Parts: sequence; structure tokens; C-alpha cells
Amino acid sequence: MVNGTREGMELVTELTTHSAGGAERSGSVVVGVLALQGDFAEHAAAVGRVGADVLEVRTVEQLHRVDGLIIPGGESTTIARLMIAYGLREPIIERGREGLPIWGTCAGAILLAEEIVTLDRPGLHLMPMTVERNAYGRQIDSFEADLSSGALGGGPLHAIFIRAPRIRSVAEDVEVLLRLGAEQGHEPVAVQWDSLMATTFHPELTEDNRLHERFVGMCEAYASAKTSRSATKAAGRSAAAAAGGSG
Amino acid sequence: MVIETATQTVKAGLAQMLKGGVIMDVVTPEHARIAEEAGACSVMALERVPSDIRSSGGVARMSDPSLIRGIIDAVSIPVMAKVRIGHFVEASILEALGVDYIDESEVLTPADESFHINKHEFAVPFVCGCRDLGEALRRIAEGAAMIRTKGEAGTGNIVEAVRHMRSVQGAISRLQSMGDEELVSYSRDIGAPVELVRQTREMGRLPVVNFAAGGVATPADAALMMRLGADGVFVGSGIFKSEEPARMANAIVRAVTHYEDDEILAEVSTDLPNAMPGLEIDKIPESEILAKRGW
Repeated sequence: MVNGTREGMELVTELTTHSAGGAERSGSVVVGVLALQGDFAEHAAAVGRVGADVLEVRTVEQLHRVDGLIIPGGESTTIARLMIAYGLREPIIERGREGLPIWGTCAGAILLAEEIVTLDRPGLHLMPMTVERNAYGRQIDSFEADLSSGALGGGPLHAIFIRAPRIRSVAEDVEVLLRLGAEQGHEPVAVQWDSLMATTFHPELTEDNRLHERFVGMCEAYASAKTSRSATKAAGRSAAAAAGGSG
Repeated sequence: MVIETATQTVKAGLAQMLKGGVIMDVVTPEHARIAEEAGACSVMALERVPSDIRSSGGVARMSDPSLIRGIIDAVSIPVMAKVRIGHFVEASILEALGVDYIDESEVLTPADESFHINKHEFAVPFVCGCRDLGEALRRIAEGAAMIRTKGEAGTGNIVEAVRHMRSVQGAISRLQSMGDEELVSYSRDIGAPVELVRQTREMGRLPVVNFAAGGVATPADAALMMRLGADGVFVGSGIFKSEEPARMANAIVRAVTHYEDDEILAEVSTDLPNAMPGLEIDKIPESEILAKRGW
């Protein structure tokens, strides 16, 4: 980089590592954060806090180096458009179908949904649920709330909703991790379906790392399964080679 | 379950979501759609772009609500609009219209020569301009949830935007090496609350998102501001005063995403339509320098 003033950002990352929760990881997984637009720097810092390596993803080549992908908060129309313009949409869909863990927050949750209410361009359509954009109103209706921790365990989780989408419905086999309270109809705000996770709020804006821990765990499981798959393949190949040699 | 709205966290949080993006000035719903299609993360609804305000003179005020409503209805990205410095009634009107962010802007004619708006009283978040760290922190103390460096709007000349961004970033980097004993006197010198100065030192950056504004005319200008430390870019006259707004808008959006990638910057800068004609700052009469409005 020609000019060093961006170093301030790295300093923020360092300063926020105090809440690391003691996680010391091997650093064997690389968690990608889609960095087209939005609060990708906050996600990168949170991934760093839980001890995994981070790669900002802006190109297909970078996408192929990661063991998981976070699609951050931002403007869903903007991110959707840039994914198409930069040729990333199809490769992300392909990797998602192959089992790459993908986690979408807010705009990212919208893009993961199979059905999107009021988005005038295609998303990724990977996850069997229906999501409505800006469903709580305009910015003055943005809100904060304490969610009971549900499937995550531990105390309440403070959640920040900014021009948030609403998960209108999910398929039967989608697991609901977190919900709003009874007064808000218990509606789901964090869901998981196999290797895909979606949250309509912004865990990256708080110091609570539980969801980042969970996602990095998903990435580790994916990476180790991939390693054992390729080890099996390699073993198969050498066995075949050995067999060929003896014949 | 307790639901809290209009907290400083959700106000500043929307600005976090705009980062890495381009906010474009638009004067019609049609412009707004072009901007959204090109990948703008937000639009600023106004009656005249700054270069037209500059050339037509007279008192520049908040835009007509019908224009703002038309733009809100045309796009699904957040819509911002401008009020005059200190004009809290214009701000109340914009809040009632449902705009997502208010820009208390030096581009309009100031309404109050002593006081900016007390922005804490509003549910809608505010963005304000600054030329240096002291001015940025004074605005944050009044409740601004986002800052932009002022630059000199409507000129197509990046020099003032660079001056203001370097001034803010330079002050923050000097702050890093200051001991506690220096903070009170430094805060007095720059006219900012000591608590915000301390917070800025600890974070190593402004406590809220900081965009660049005022003079961005090309993709290279936009990437320059990102490399100098901006979180994103406002483009005013630079898009709809260029010969092909949609192409220029696309190119600037791409330059902001890939501001560190020289090959992409070369590609998006190639065979561009003519940028807006620029103005030299020292040819502008002193009384027409917009950045001097506000304090």
C-alpha cells in the first residue's frame, strides 16, 4: 500500500482482541469475509478474536482459498449487484452446494435465502427460507434487544438490528437457533441448515463471540472432513499405483 | 422482551453498513435508480447538486418533501437528505418524512451562525462535515453518528478533500504517541471534549465511520481517498455532471471496492467519459468557500 494511514484499522483489531475468550486455535482454517461492501472489517476482527485466520474475499481466486465464508452486513442490493458484476455469484453458489460453510448476517442473510421479498436482482438462493428486506421499517425503526441464548447456551445475547430483514418462513429441517420474544411473535432471527447459517442481526458489532465461535467450528469441521477426504483419495491412488506396480 | 430504538449504537450502526460503499447525490427518482443499479450503497436526495448550487447562488435550503418522497419510493437503499446547519425544524421535517440519515451540511446556506443542531434529540441519525479532528469530535459530541470530511463540494477538485482527510488522520496518528498528561491541553487546543479525544486515541481512529466528500470526480480520486483512510466516499456533482453518469457511477463503485488493486483501477479508469469540469480552489472567491461554513 502506498500510504500507511490504514494501519489505524489494524490497530482497532489488535485493541479488540482483549475479549478473545481464551481461544487459541491452530490457525489451520482460513475464514473468508466477503469484502465487496459493508462491515466486513468488523467481521474480520471478530474472527481474529476467536483465533482463526481471516482472508478478505474480493476475487474468485481468494474464494477458493477459504474454508468458510461470511457475507457481512451492508446493502443487499449493492452486494448482490457487485457479486454478479465481479463474477463471484456463481462460484459462491457452487462452493455453497459443495458444503462450504457460509454465514450471512443481515444483508448476507437476505442473499442466502431461497425466496427474497423485494430484492430486484438475484441472490444466492441457497437456503430453504423466505426473507423479507427492511421488514421492520426504515432506519428510525432499527433496534436493539437481548435474546435468550437458546441453542447457543450461556446468558442472554445482545442483538443489534439495523434496517433488518425478517425471516418469514423456514423449511422444516432448518434449525432455529435464536428467536425474538413472545411480544414479537417468537420470530426466528438466527437459523442454521447444515453448513449454512443466517442471522438477521449483527453479532460483529458486539463483543459477544459466541456465533463467531460456532461458525469457526463449522469451518474447522469442513476443513478436517476435506482433508480426510483428500487423504482417502490419495491413499486410494497410491494403493492403485502399488497394485499397478505389482501387476 | 425490551426493544430499544434510536440508540447511538443503531444510529452509528447504519453507517457501519455503508462502509466500503459510495453514496451518490441524486436530484430525481430516475437518478436514484441509476445510482442504485450502479451499486451505490445509499443516495443523497437534493434539488440541485453542489456545482449547480454554486453557480446559481442564492439561499440553498432543504429540498421539497415531494422530491424526497419520490426518491424514497424509487429505491430500496437508504436515502439521506440535507438540512442547513443549525436548522432543527428542517431536520424534524426530514425525520417525519422517514429519511434514513440527515446531512447537516455546509453545502446549504447556514441557518444558525453559533450553534449546530443538537442531534441527540433526534431518532434519525446525522452525518456532519469536518476539516480536522477537533471539528469532527465537536460534531460527534453534538450527536453525529457519522462524519465526512468536507472537501470543497461542487468543484470536482480533490485537493481540499485530501487536505481535510490528511488533517484528521495526521492528528489521530500524533494522538497515538501522546501521554495522558497531554490530553487535556491538547483537547483544549483543538476544542474537543477530552473523553472523545481519549476514545479516539484508544481506538486509533474516529469513534464513528468517516467518509470522504467534496471534490471526488474520478475513480482514481475515490481510490485515493480510500487509501488515505476513508471508510467510503460521497460523490456529489461528480457522477451526474459527467458525460455518462451510469458508467462513471459503475467505475467509481468498482474503484472503491478494489481501491488497493492497481490493475482494476487502471481498467476502470480507461476510456472513461469526460469527468465534470473542475474548479481551481484559489479562483473561488473567499465568500463562496463552502468548507468554511460550520466550526
